[in-house]
Amino acid sequence: MPALADILQQGRAVRGHRPWPRAIVAPDVWTSVGERLAAGQLTLLGLWGEADCVHLALLDETRAKIGVVSLPCPDGRFPSVGRHHPPAIRPERTIRDLFGLEPVGAPDARPWLDHGRWPLRQPLGPRLPALGPLPYRFLPAEGESLHQIPVGPVHAGIIEPGHFRFTAGGETVVRLEERLGYVHKGIEGLMAGADLGRAAQLAGRTSGDSTVAYALAFARAAEAALGIEPPSRAVWLRALMAELERLANHFGDIGAICNDASFALMHAHCGVLRERVLRAADACFGHRLMRDRVVPGGVTADLDAAGGAALRPLVAELRRLFAALVELYDNTASLQDRTVASGILKPELARRFGAGGFVGRASGRDFDARRAPGYAPYDALHFHVPVREDGDVNARVWIRIGEVGQSLSLVEQIVDGLPDGPLSVRPAGAGEPREGLALVEGFRGDILAWLRLGADGTVARCHLRDPSWFQWPLLEAAIEGNIVADFPLCNKSFNCSYSGHDL
Amino acid sequence: MRKHLLQGLIRKPLTEAAPTADDAALTELAASLERAARRRLGRSLSIRAVDAGSCNGCELEIHALNNAFYDLERFGLRFVASPRHADVLLVTGPVTHNMREALERTWRATPDPKWVVAVGDCARDGGLFAGSYAVAGGVSAVVPVDLHIAGCPPSPLQLLKGLLALVEPPGKARPTEAKAG
Repeated sequence: MPALADILQQGRAVRGHRPWPRAIVAPDVWTSVGERLAAGQLTLLGLWGEADCVHLALLDETRAKIGVVSLPCPDGRFPSVGRHHPPAIRPERTIRDLFGLEPVGAPDARPWLDHGRWPLRQPLGPRLPALGPLPYRFLPAEGESLHQIPVGPVHAGIIEPGHFRFTAGGETVVRLEERLGYVHKGIEGLMAGADLGRAAQLAGRTSGDSTVAYALAFARAAEAALGIEPPSRAVWLRALMAELERLANHFGDIGAICNDASFALMHAHCGVLRERVLRAADACFGHRLMRDRVVPGGVTADLDAAGGAALRPLVAELRRLFAALVELYDNTASLQDRTVASGILKPELARRFGAGGFVGRASGRDFDARRAPGYAPYDALHFHVPVREDGDVNARVWIRIGEVGQSLSLVEQIVDGLPDGPLSVRPAGAGEPREGLALVEGFRGDILAWLRLGADGTVARCHLRDPSWFQWPLLEAAIEGNIVADFPLCNKSFNCSYSGHDL
Repeated sequence: MRKHLLQGLIRKPLTEAAPTADDAALTELAASLERAARRRLGRSLSIRAVDAGSCNGCELEIHALNNAFYDLERFGLRFVASPRHADVLLVTGPVTHNMREALERTWRATPDPKWVVAVGDCARDGGLFAGSYAVAGGVSAVVPVDLHIAGCPPSPLQLLKGLLALVEPPGKARPTEAKAG
């Protein structure tokens, strides 16, 4: 089995792409990569376009290597990867919608993000006149007494918009098809030409619950491109913010999953823990969600002595309160009756889609970007990555429970080991075009950020890939055979991002 | 579970004292919220949240209004699942072109009298996303807005202050408000 390095050697290496290599390849190499993805030899990290070319970010999991292959598309076409490897289907539909590049042989010719509502078509490519809304044909499901249930885009709760088309036989879901793109804001379009400051703000508003993780991914990509190192105090403070963000989201999710099984007590208690974390974040960094605190070059907020001193007792308190809630979850049979064996995601599917976060780790995929490829300061910290094989709602709850324990320990380690020093270095333009790539572990999974900076340091092109791209399709598979009433439960246990996906 | 329930009975509640209604919000509302309508609704409003394109940051803080610290329902304000049950639409986000029709239909499904509260900096004018090919603009570009709560995202306390302006008895807090009736 040839390594990723061999594939990259078949192409022409691109100078100024950091920290991992990028190579421009011929169509036959591009196609062979698609076949290798399908064979499970490589994992798809991202697939995105530009006006005249397409890029594939690849992970060789056994060797922990990352690389990008690019294919120029002078005639506006490229061989479909989705033809071999289903996780590429939605990214390819997106490339067609945004850039007008045609994936030849693609199994699904329908638009994805473009609902025919924009004032133009292919907005980042040839910018053609709009055709107006066209009917969207959902995939068929045939059988006796089947009925359809359309849900959304406006949902009953306080959640993001998206459309779910259920086909059910009685109570049982026989097919779920998602239609997303409702919150497409054109972030990649707004990024083009933005200076680093504005682009970092946009990155931090890609998915509100992961504002630290996105800002961190963007900053790391920009720093890699420019070849600058943020000061070590900034690196540690970033990790502190990232772990606080993970804690707040996991507390919220665990409560919300139980709430969708009508166990409101857990929701109320977890809501209190989440609020405590957000208030601590506000006290330490001046913003509850820590938005705009991570910037290229460092951080904009320091942790003073009082903040550090307040975090230690908070961690102890959270640990004590959460232990009682975990016991409550574990000992409530009526709750477990809903979560155990519901919404099972098979390990083979999680692996094929390269599913990150608790979705992947609850189905046997032992991957965490903090550990491999890894980034500072996690190499200096102790944590383990919980993994299970059972893949049901219950497993996704337990992965979160395990990660809460790890993040609490990480917060303590960071507060104890926080080095002194400056908070940022000034990111200066390199005087030539540069490219950078970063992979950062958000609470939901690994976030990929790729960018090209112009000689003046402004963003020429930036692509941000949410973990949800490779989790949303799996929800369709996990819900099959479950009852319609368990969909909110299964959906919440995945908690995919709409905004991060729609971009 | 009994232990948790018992503790809930004997411990002091976490719920915090109510903030006063936001002055700016009261002024903004004076023009749109008629005294008669307030009397009819009393201190009870049903709220329907609509994400029209937000990054989800505002939703997180709207959610927090229901936690034990803020306990929105003690003010007679509650979230409902259908616009047909709602008095108030709480709209977040820059309105994307892809959500425009859904927002319009939700607004039409809400019975009169109704108010629209735009939440967050993006909801005012599109915020950071203004000018994008995919964004129609702020909420007022699509439906009439009665009250705006600023912030990125507004904190639960800012949200609470803004929403309390909706149920604040007229005349009590602002005697100059008589002109609105």
